[in-house]
Amino acid sequence: MRYIDDTVIMKRMKTRLNKNRGWKALFFTGTLFALLCLVILLVRIVSQGFGYLDWDFLTNFASRFPERAGIKAALIGSIYMMSIVAPVSIILGVATAIYLEEYAKKNKLSDFIRMNISNLAGVPSIVFGLLGLTIFVRSLALGKSLLAAGFTMSLLILPVIIVAAQEAIRAVPQEQREASYGMGATKWQTITRVVLPAAIPGILTGSILALSRAIGETAPLVVIGIPVILQFLPDSPFSEFTALPMQIYDWAKRPQEEFLYVASAGIIILMIFLVIMNSIAVFIRNKFQKRY
Amino acid sequence: MASQGSGNGQSIQDMIAKSRNSKGKKITEKLMPILLFIAALISVLTTIGIVFTLIFETFEFFQRVSITDYLFGTNWFPFSGNNPTFGVLPLILGTLKITVIAIIVAVPIGLAAAIYLSEYASDKARRTIKPILEVLAGVPTIVYGFFALTFVTPILQQLIPSLKIFNALSPGIVVGIMIIPMIASLSEDAMSSVPNSIREGALALGATKFEVAIKVVLPAALSGIISSIVLAVSRALGETMIVSLAGGATPTFNFDVTGSIQTMTAYIVQVSSGDAGYGTTIYYSIYAVGFTLFIFTLIMNLLAHYISKRFREEY
Repeated sequence: MRYIDDTVIMKRMKTRLNKNRGWKALFFTGTLFALLCLVILLVRIVSQGFGYLDWDFLTNFASRFPERAGIKAALIGSIYMMSIVAPVSIILGVATAIYLEEYAKKNKLSDFIRMNISNLAGVPSIVFGLLGLTIFVRSLALGKSLLAAGFTMSLLILPVIIVAAQEAIRAVPQEQREASYGMGATKWQTITRVVLPAAIPGILTGSILALSRAIGETAPLVVIGIPVILQFLPDSPFSEFTALPMQIYDWAKRPQEEFLYVASAGIIILMIFLVIMNSIAVFIRNKFQKRY
Repeated sequence: MASQGSGNGQSIQDMIAKSRNSKGKKITEKLMPILLFIAALISVLTTIGIVFTLIFETFEFFQRVSITDYLFGTNWFPFSGNNPTFGVLPLILGTLKITVIAIIVAVPIGLAAAIYLSEYASDKARRTIKPILEVLAGVPTIVYGFFALTFVTPILQQLIPSLKIFNALSPGIVVGIMIIPMIASLSEDAMSSVPNSIREGALALGATKFEVAIKVVLPAALSGIISSIVLAVSRALGETMIVSLAGGATPTFNFDVTGSIQTMTAYIVQVSSGDAGYGTTIYYSIYAVGFTLFIFTLIMNLLAHYISKRFREEY
């Protein structure tokens, strides 16, 4: 007597294989949908904004008239802000990562710091805006300045940089440190001359990606109260400024249809920034990253 | 003889000892860990700063508005001159509407993409598609907000004529699109870490790829998948610019998704964009709302952490 009936099995197999094929198509469609969203988003914005993109747009200040509106103050403001965010967040982030990876003992305190960093990464950006408003704008009386916004953004991306730097430092093999100690180097010498040089590509890649997040972040700037229509450039870290995403937000809110195209042009400039920064990050990763 | 140093008759050992004991180096070695520790404390101070700022200003708010009115009130009319009401439930409901719509959009698509990438796609396809999805995650939210307002809303209005210009549906869908890469990427990581031997075992027993994915890989990676969804929920709760641009500014207490709404984040933006004077009740109200939002997201983040720790399958 046969326990297995070939015909029944073959019949079932067919429906099961068909089911497999159908679901595969469905899963693929899901993936395609996500990719399609990106394509539609980019095509829409480029086709809307491209006509407004010219030299005047880059060199004019904001205006009530869409045809005269320009992005100069926002562009320069964003660059100035990033020149505060980059050093502050990278120095603090890398220092924290070195402490956690090289010095911290396994105890409650360092566990707490680690836990705290991972929770900080999940705090909504608008809450960082409230922190910036209270601490930097009011308590330290920095006003709606480059410094206040720069510090707020630095704290916002700090957890991202710390995690990236920790991973880069952890990827340096222990043998290299031991070899360095074996040659008589001190701990600090080992860190600065062996660990950091090996970890720098990873640190830079992670930091640039984090900075590209800071440049597009809007909510904290709104909460701090960064103005939008500025007819001058900031002349010191303490002066008021405006930034690319703030300017885009202001244009997008306006009722005149013309301003939607201006907003698209602004978005193109912002996206060009992001593409450049991401390309640099990918380039560094591919070119300098060592695999042990 | 081998221990002779270069010229002045020192042994290498002496040189090392001397160099170690040099004053500058000793100070550096002692000082650096302290400086680094101080840097590490900045992130702790940030958390303390956030919590204390929110608590102090919220406390000030509750001196003026009763805490039960705030927590259980269904009317949020802070700007009505003589008789402002601060019942937070409409804002919470607005936030939840956006989050639920976003999750309905993002979970099926994100999981489909994760399963496709981890179980079906060739290595090459995975290595091209995953970075592109990560680009989607890197698009600033202001751009998504603009997209919702100028593209998704008009299309939806053609399908649903009764849809208002500002509504919950369009920003909800776009927030969903925004969190797709998060769910896809984190779930794919979880599924890829399921060892191949388990897949091969199931395949050898005659299972199809679909059956392997659904009955073997998915259950094994479940903790990672669920924690990715919880993290995505937390992102959606705190999302600001998309809802401020496309969601409107009408705090309503109903389950309608076609009309204008207001989320907690959008309220904070509305007050910050206008000039609410320092020290007014409205000024303090943004901290109370921010604190409420902070608690929501904190619970989600802790939950995600707990799920991924507690239910992780170790291989």
